[in-house]
Amino acid sequence: MTPSAARPTVAVWKFASCDGCQLSILDCEEELLQLAGTVRISHFLEMSRATVKGPYDLSLVEGSITTADDAERIKHVRRVSRRLVTIGACATAGGIQGLRNFAASGEYTSVVYAHPEYIRALDTSTPISAHVPVDLELYGCPIDRHQLLSVLTAILAGRRPRVPGHSVCEECKGLGTVCLLVARGTPCLGPVTRAGCGALCPSVDRGCFGCFGPTDTANTRSLAGQLRGEGLTPVETSRLFRTFNATAPAFLAESVAQGGAPPVAVGGPAADPTEGNS
Amino acid sequence: MTHGSRGDRTISVEGLARVEGEGSLRVEVRDGVVGEVALEIFEPPRYFEAMLVGRNFTEAPDITSRICGICPVAYQMSACNAMEDACGVVVDEPVAALRRLLYCGEWIQSHALHVYLLHAPDFLGCEDAVELAERAPGIVERGLDLKRTGNLVMETVGGRAVHPVNVRVGGFYRAPSPDAVAALAEPLFRARDQALATVEWVAGFEFPDVEADYRFVALREPGRYAIESGRAVSSDGLDLSPAELAELVVEEHVERSTALHARLGGRDQYLTGPLARYSLNSAMLPPLAAEAAAGAGLGPVCKNPFRSIVVRAVELVFACDEALSLVETYVPPSPPAATVVPRAASGAGATEAPRGLLFHTYDIDAAGTIRKARIVPPTSQNQLTIESDLRQVAQDALDLGDDDLQWRCEQAVRNHDPCISCAAHFLDVTVESS
Repeated sequence: MTPSAARPTVAVWKFASCDGCQLSILDCEEELLQLAGTVRISHFLEMSRATVKGPYDLSLVEGSITTADDAERIKHVRRVSRRLVTIGACATAGGIQGLRNFAASGEYTSVVYAHPEYIRALDTSTPISAHVPVDLELYGCPIDRHQLLSVLTAILAGRRPRVPGHSVCEECKGLGTVCLLVARGTPCLGPVTRAGCGALCPSVDRGCFGCFGPTDTANTRSLAGQLRGEGLTPVETSRLFRTFNATAPAFLAESVAQGGAPPVAVGGPAADPTEGNS
Repeated sequence: MTHGSRGDRTISVEGLARVEGEGSLRVEVRDGVVGEVALEIFEPPRYFEAMLVGRNFTEAPDITSRICGICPVAYQMSACNAMEDACGVVVDEPVAALRRLLYCGEWIQSHALHVYLLHAPDFLGCEDAVELAERAPGIVERGLDLKRTGNLVMETVGGRAVHPVNVRVGGFYRAPSPDAVAALAEPLFRARDQALATVEWVAGFEFPDVEADYRFVALREPGRYAIESGRAVSSDGLDLSPAELAELVVEEHVERSTALHARLGGRDQYLTGPLARYSLNSAMLPPLAAEAAAGAGLGPVCKNPFRSIVVRAVELVFACDEALSLVETYVPPSPPAATVVPRAASGAGATEAPRGLLFHTYDIDAAGTIRKARIVPPTSQNQLTIESDLRQVAQDALDLGDDDLQWRCEQAVRNHDPCISCAAHFLDVTVESS
């Protein structure tokens, strides 16, 4: 491809994660080649051997910070990125691996590895925003690729990207999906979970399990009361809040309120406000 | 990065591209002989087996799918099989058929991704598929359309392409409507033609003349090409249930890797994945895929790792064809899931992820709480064999310049479509010569 100075440069980075959010970029099948013509994809290891040195106009970051090396690497990424957008529950809220935050130090390593001394990992999984300033956070486990495309389009056009702050309930209403919680008593996190997936689970008769994390104004206490009223035990209620966004503040607080173990080690290094933002 | 004098060279790649996850590769050459080779996996550990302890048995499919965004269905299916094994449940045929259809979608999506976006650029000297698309208009578009059809199958049956939401222990939350499934026929017909064209295209690539003496392991089922169930068989005569396989596979924790290296029977390395499946089960391929394989010059066994791209293309034909038959005979399972009542027991489940055999074992208690979990992904099983391949491929290619040798070494790794996110998590390539 012919490099053009006018095309904005985009880099994609991976930290602790499953690759699913990066795959969502490659899943933009119809738009992928068009996107590659509009921006210059300068660093995206899953897609290309060719890398171009920064700085980059936009970095998309997948994954959470779980090692000391990665805590340094994200600072480098911030320094070479004009804008930094986190993609997905790991980068935005610590991800499923955030469950280690509730375990005693070393406990998880010794379950999985015969030689814990070979493993250099932090006791915590923390979101990118705990380490460097972030310009925008995309939620979801995985992200919704249409939302990613609309955000990229907005950024490229110089518009302010919009990420919904309302709940999955509104998506169900829009689709005409009958409320599972009210009509059948099916446990559902829809009332406290951020919209964005298109209310996928209720449309297959399954309660929402919170992939997109808490809404801006999640009333988890009220929902937990309702769930308990439907017969869920405290352990079950706590588990429901404790999956892919377990360390997102609203879900964390409610899982602890329901009797879940509190986090053992809190957070990673605090964000240094002097880092990044060139 | 390469450096060194004639006869002594070091090739190292930090941040291997076009693989899932992150790792490095390193090959050392001393006096014209390849010495140490390493596929290093530094991707941060995520401790899934520890996180699962204390969770409910019904949560395993959703939690383990987060190990890999490229093959979430493989994790969901192996987890379901293991939990149903523990609870003594065998699902009805309509549920089994719908699972197979969903899994075909994942094979189509993942194989199209690997063939077109990750692997083919190597054979044509392109850095990536974007460069390939510029040089050969229409080809990458065909691959992306194939991939889209795979995703469409996953969305129709599973509700979402990455981390499907409709899978549960026992079956599905809701059976897709007959109309929704019937609508898959048209794109699948197109995909099947595209897959046949893919076989012809990749069969025309130039392949280094390499054969490795692999010990193959794959699932086998009577009368059909195994995907979502079966017994594990090997090229040296093993025939094991998933539980017996799990007993015999020993994982070693080595210093350079956050993945565990697997040995079968504690003595020998082995290979799982497309080459193993094809070489052990090519007789089970239905006529269309078998003819495509013959047309591409594949014999009943394939031991050239570079030709794995041809085998993947043949499996694409198979998966599209199989999905079409499943669409044509679709009966919505009713109820969509079997009732699964927990009991204190152990269970094992194995399925064929696009990149190889994946097995899970669990101990659960009478309340359904997981007491112990073990997950053995394909890349941990293949890692020792990938390193042997690297040694052989590098030794055969020492007449190449450093840049070409490095590329060849990277390709030796990509031949096996490693999923480093699965294996634990980092892969870099280094070639050393001295």
